[in-house]
Amino acid sequence: MKMVDPEVMVQHRDDRQSQSPASQTVKISARDVKIYYGDTQAIKGIDLDIMENEVISFIGPSGCGKSTFLRALNRMNDTIEGSRLEGTVTLDGEDIYDPSLDVVLLRAKVGMVFQKPNPFPKSIYDNIAYGPRLHGLAKRKYDLDEIVETSLRKAGLWEEVKDRLDKPGTGLSGGQQQRLCIARAIAVSPEVILMDEPCSALDPIATAKIEELIDELTESYTIVIVTHSMQQAARVSHRTAYFHLGELVEVNDTETVFTKPENELTEAYITGRFG
Amino acid sequence: MANSTMESGVDPRARIQSQVEQSLRRRHAREKRFRRFGLTAVMLGLAFVAVLFVSIFSRGLPAFWQSTLTLDVRFDPAVLDMGPPPQQKPEESPRDFQQRLNAWNFQLTMASWNTILEDALIAEKPALEEHRRQLRKLFTSGAKYRLRDLVAEDPSLIGRSREVTLLADAEVDVWIRGNIDRSLPDARLQLSPEVRRIADELHEDGLLDVTFSTTLFTNSDSRSSPASAGLAGAFMGSLFMMLVVIVLAVPVGVASAIYLEEFAPKNRLVDLIEVNINNLAAVPSIVFGLLGASIFINWFRLPLSAPLVGGLVLSLMTLPTVIITTRSALKAVPPSIRQAALALGASRVQTVFQQVLPLAIPGILTGAIIGVAQALGETAPLLLIGMNAFVANIPTTPFEQSTALPVQIYLWQGNEMRNFFEARTSAAIIVLLLMMITLNAFAIWLRKKFERRW
Repeated sequence: MKMVDPEVMVQHRDDRQSQSPASQTVKISARDVKIYYGDTQAIKGIDLDIMENEVISFIGPSGCGKSTFLRALNRMNDTIEGSRLEGTVTLDGEDIYDPSLDVVLLRAKVGMVFQKPNPFPKSIYDNIAYGPRLHGLAKRKYDLDEIVETSLRKAGLWEEVKDRLDKPGTGLSGGQQQRLCIARAIAVSPEVILMDEPCSALDPIATAKIEELIDELTESYTIVIVTHSMQQAARVSHRTAYFHLGELVEVNDTETVFTKPENELTEAYITGRFG
Repeated sequence: MANSTMESGVDPRARIQSQVEQSLRRRHAREKRFRRFGLTAVMLGLAFVAVLFVSIFSRGLPAFWQSTLTLDVRFDPAVLDMGPPPQQKPEESPRDFQQRLNAWNFQLTMASWNTILEDALIAEKPALEEHRRQLRKLFTSGAKYRLRDLVAEDPSLIGRSREVTLLADAEVDVWIRGNIDRSLPDARLQLSPEVRRIADELHEDGLLDVTFSTTLFTNSDSRSSPASAGLAGAFMGSLFMMLVVIVLAVPVGVASAIYLEEFAPKNRLVDLIEVNINNLAAVPSIVFGLLGASIFINWFRLPLSAPLVGGLVLSLMTLPTVIITTRSALKAVPPSIRQAALALGASRVQTVFQQVLPLAIPGILTGAIIGVAQALGETAPLLLIGMNAFVANIPTTPFEQSTALPVQIYLWQGNEMRNFFEARTSAAIIVLLLMMITLNAFAIWLRKKFERRW
């Protein structure tokens, strides 16, 4: 990997992001979280607070558990056979692993965008409308039309697809598909959006568009993004968390992490000595 | 370049180059061999299919033409000795009327139809009068009932004449169409010399002719009158069994597959069930026949030879196929689709029914239809539940006795009148094959209709 010059990276960020996170309210709070897949322990006790309306990125070498931890935040790990979580994760102070909590409700509040764009093999309209229909968010066709339009506008896709809403979502380009998936996640008005390496399958132009989009979305949503690109972490996030072998090594303002990392492991990773 | 290579002879780059070229040549040769091998295999397969179709069609198609006698039949009241059919009298109870009607019908059946037939022939060729006793051998025994049915339908025929086309006897048909060696000694021919001569004469006069006949499709099997033996009963039996299989095996199989694939916990019990389903797919079909005989017939006391029982047995046999194909269709749906739906807050049931199942439907349908087609062609289990019995009526419900197409093929194949039933057997095979091809074409059409890209 090429050496990353932290100075250059920081220059890319706009003014708003140089400021400290937008709010000091804790949105998600993880305490002593341990995650097991069968007998292997993937996460070894993590404490982390995620603030409202901030963009926080998780970086780290492959297999460090950053995706696993991300998926714990909307209980997507539940779908994996044999996975188990210890510790507590709260959203707005409520334990999301409380057995009495309906996971459907949690996932409506915490949306997710995946590594590979995964639109349903349906029309663009139906892709966006699926979530709102599921949760009964629109009583009339007119309301649903409005949700679809707003979501596509927020995802910056409206102008490109407004004339072909009835065409299959799978016919779009990779970058458009990923923005469609973001629009789909937005359509159920979540509070938090989890993004699992959303740009890893995209070309640089499509990536730039998604990053711009993240900037805009942070006004209304809390965004947690897992990324393999340190430049991306530097460009889009307020804070950065560095994961290593299932442990959270360091979390700090993005600028600090990339310019004055406190931990040797972090420094080694961002300067490209491993990863 | 060439010079330097020649001079030194050991230029490493040139050596590598030539090695690569040599290995490339070997690789190309290997690939060409493989392609040729594949092509030969395909050609061989096609050739076998072609031979099969040509032989079946060339043997079966003649069965659609049969020797018939076209005669002016006079329904002579003196011969029939029949009054007009009874009318309901005002003071008569319905039961009494029915009794009188039955008596009239019985009398009609017992009327001397043979005389009517003989008279019709003699009216055309008076010279035949001296051979009167032989004439009835020209007609298949079903011809009498054909005439009776005509009168039963329209009693006003009594006393009038009408042109009727009647099937000739199977042995006459064999003789006329040359399906028997005419030079054989009398002792080995089926017909007496007299009847043979009369048949030839009538054929020359055009009274006895080979015409297209639909009785193969409209009649059921017959032993007393082989010439009128048809497929209708077996066809309906197969159709009813197919319906039972579609109604039972497909929903049960698809539902079990969905549960096992999407909802069942992964534990020992479920593993055991899975292994056993795969084992069931390999159980010989005759074993399912035994199971059906002992459970459905001996225990549940369902009727013997009924398409319902046949359908139940075939459903059991088809279930593993349907389950296995449905599971693989579900497995083929990318997990990213499931994740997308789950992450939007869909429950597992919603995810499966709204997103996964629609994508798996083409595969499920193909599997189900191939399973049904397999069941349609199955013979062995049906033999054990009495579907090889001789059944002369066309079933109108799945509870009536019936036979099935593959069993009918088996029965005709074993019929002692080889030279007549050989063509019928092949004709039955053609009908069965057409049914299969229709089903498979339907499967392909459904798959194309529901297929979506992702």
